[in-house]
Amino acid sequence: MAEPSKQEKTAVVDDGIDVGVSRLTEEKIQSVINSVIDNETGVRLKTYVETCIHCGLCSEACHYYLSHDKDPHYSPVGKVKQTIWEMIRKKGRVSPEFIRQAAIIAHTQCNLCKRCAQYCPFGIDIAYMMSIVRRIIHRLGVTPLYIQDTAHSHSVTMNQMWVKGDEWPDTLQWQEEEAQAEIPDLRIPLEKEGADIMYSVIAPEPKFQAQLLYQAAVIMHVAGVDWTMPASVGWDNSDMAMYTGDNEIMGRIKRAHFETAERLKVKKIVMGECGHAFRSVYDMGNRWLGWSMPPFTIVHAIEFYYDLIKAGRIQIARKFKPPVTLHDPCNVVRGAGLGEKARYVAHALCETVIEMYPNREHNYCCCAGGGVINTGPPFKMARVEGNRVKAEQLFETKTKGAEVLIAPCHNCHSGLEDIVHHYEIGLEIKFFSDIIYEVMEKPA
Amino acid sequence: MHSFYNFVSGPLAWIAFLLFIGGSIFRIGRMLVLVAQKEPFIFTYMSWRYSFRSILHWIVPFATVNWRRQPVLTVVTFAFHLCLLAVPVFLLAHAVLWEDSFGIRWWSLPDTLADTLTVIVILGAVFFLVRRITRPEVRFVTSASDYVILAIVSAPFITGFLAYHQWFAYPLMMGLHVLAGDIMLAAIPFTRLSHMIFSPFTRAYMGSEFGKVRHARDW
Ligand code: SF4
Ligand code: SF4
Ligand code: SF4
Repeated sequence: MAEPSKQEKTAVVDDGIDVGVSRLTEEKIQSVINSVIDNETGVRLKTYVETCIHCGLCSEACHYYLSHDKDPHYSPVGKVKQTIWEMIRKKGRVSPEFIRQAAIIAHTQCNLCKRCAQYCPFGIDIAYMMSIVRRIIHRLGVTPLYIQDTAHSHSVTMNQMWVKGDEWPDTLQWQEEEAQAEIPDLRIPLEKEGADIMYSVIAPEPKFQAQLLYQAAVIMHVAGVDWTMPASVGWDNSDMAMYTGDNEIMGRIKRAHFETAERLKVKKIVMGECGHAFRSVYDMGNRWLGWSMPPFTIVHAIEFYYDLIKAGRIQIARKFKPPVTLHDPCNVVRGAGLGEKARYVAHALCETVIEMYPNREHNYCCCAGGGVINTGPPFKMARVEGNRVKAEQLFETKTKGAEVLIAPCHNCHSGLEDIVHHYEIGLEIKFFSDIIYEVMEKPA
Repeated sequence: MHSFYNFVSGPLAWIAFLLFIGGSIFRIGRMLVLVAQKEPFIFTYMSWRYSFRSILHWIVPFATVNWRRQPVLTVVTFAFHLCLLAVPVFLLAHAVLWEDSFGIRWWSLPDTLADTLTVIVILGAVFFLVRRITRPEVRFVTSASDYVILAIVSAPFITGFLAYHQWFAYPLMMGLHVLAGDIMLAAIPFTRLSHMIFSPFTRAYMGSEFGKVRHARDW
């Protein structure tokens, strides 16, 4: 019925997908698809598929669709049609080539950002259906190589970046010593039982961005927070297994995280500026483990800074001068309503805040999220070209005077970096903690 | 001709009502059973307040971002759906039938108004048809069944319009009109017209997730 209007051939080479597909047989595909659909899905999938009226009203929600000149292959419902609808209609009898395309669509053409759920009149959850496709892809062993590697790392080391057992406390000690050059009595308290707060981060922090640990320690110290970090596994709150559909590993690492907080007898978990980790701890991992809401109070960095500033526990020496704009990460704004708190923090720290449009829960995703950036170099251009609208949105904000882009989410940060670079937008990207560290009053 | 009319408006109409009501109850019941069996957590997240907050925004024209982005479609779709519901229930000729068959009396629409509303439904259906064919994002996801349900929905209105104006063989039209109405009614629970039954539930669930867990607006 529906003819392709702008078919685009994807000529990407990904060893995870290619080798995986080469091992598939039609029987295996059929049995896996039917097993996932029969045993792991229920009324949601069925109702979504049967209720969707094929109206296309979700299309303009999606940055991929808008960025590809409205090519229907990239509309939310278009992606569902090319994947799960076919799988259901053919009762799993699809070809290995079909699975290859489904892997590319589900893993690199959807960020699971759920913006489309705000545009579909029926609230059909396309992101959920894409996660089912990823689950099928996972069980068929066709997950893209790079993100599969991070899932392996979670499985082996309980962190995302193959950080070895001693590397973690070593890094903390190193950052503590660095920070002591600035504030001699600063400590990064390890394994402090009964502290108010367990601070958890994602593994890329100790691996590549140790200065973020430094900054966090300074903020904690100045604000006089009773905090601690675990010395062994459970310190990493990230979760790429959630995005590969490897729910079993998602469950293991979330359990380790919660149990570590339990072991340390803390009151709450505060996490760094990361979106997907928040989703995993607050929304996905806890559900897999059987908690309707997380067993601990989970405080995202944005909310934590909001509380500290509001209570006057950190004072601003002089506000940040260059005009800033704020990117609302979907996982904490559409995912947890932290938009207003983020604005409070931005206004408290900076002289001028220029809004980008759309914003808050209607903001466009960075296109890195949902594990897309973790599919690595083979798909870098897919997400940069897939988010031209983001570039336009940022460029428009820049013409209004913005010089700095605050992105309080790790993935957004890296993804926006690539977009700003590729489209030559010329915005400097910062975390909130970069700015807090710069403008706060510190002991002389 | 008379016996044809008697058949479609008699036994067949009963069957259609039975299929519509029975089918709807069955499908909702089946949905609830499936929730209880496989995804009982859904009940945990449901909230009356956030369900209605979401439904309310979506049943009011221009109350959501997407309705405002699509002004023409919004006007058409609301007019279409409203008339689609109002005409069969409140048309004077139907009101008489309601009273004769079930002894239910209610307010009815003057014939000329009902006639206009019928034309709105027909024009709305034409709009949807053209949209389906011309808009690439709609056409890409269109299947034959989408045209079939559009035909099922517009048939009672087209035949009703022709019968009312007595442009063609009146008795035949009348019979066809009732037959088309029977088909539409019976088709609701068993085709994608079931969005009439299910959309409040899907909307309520998404509204609850957004309100209770995500603390964000889903409109
Ligand atoms: S990227 Fe976001 S808007 Fe696009 S289909 Fe996926 S969840 Fe929907
Ligand atoms: S998902 Fe919703 S908006 Fe998209 S085509 Fe289906 S019914 Fe329409
Ligand atoms: S990376 Fe950031 S914007 Fe992108 S999906 Fe995550 S939270 Fe959303």
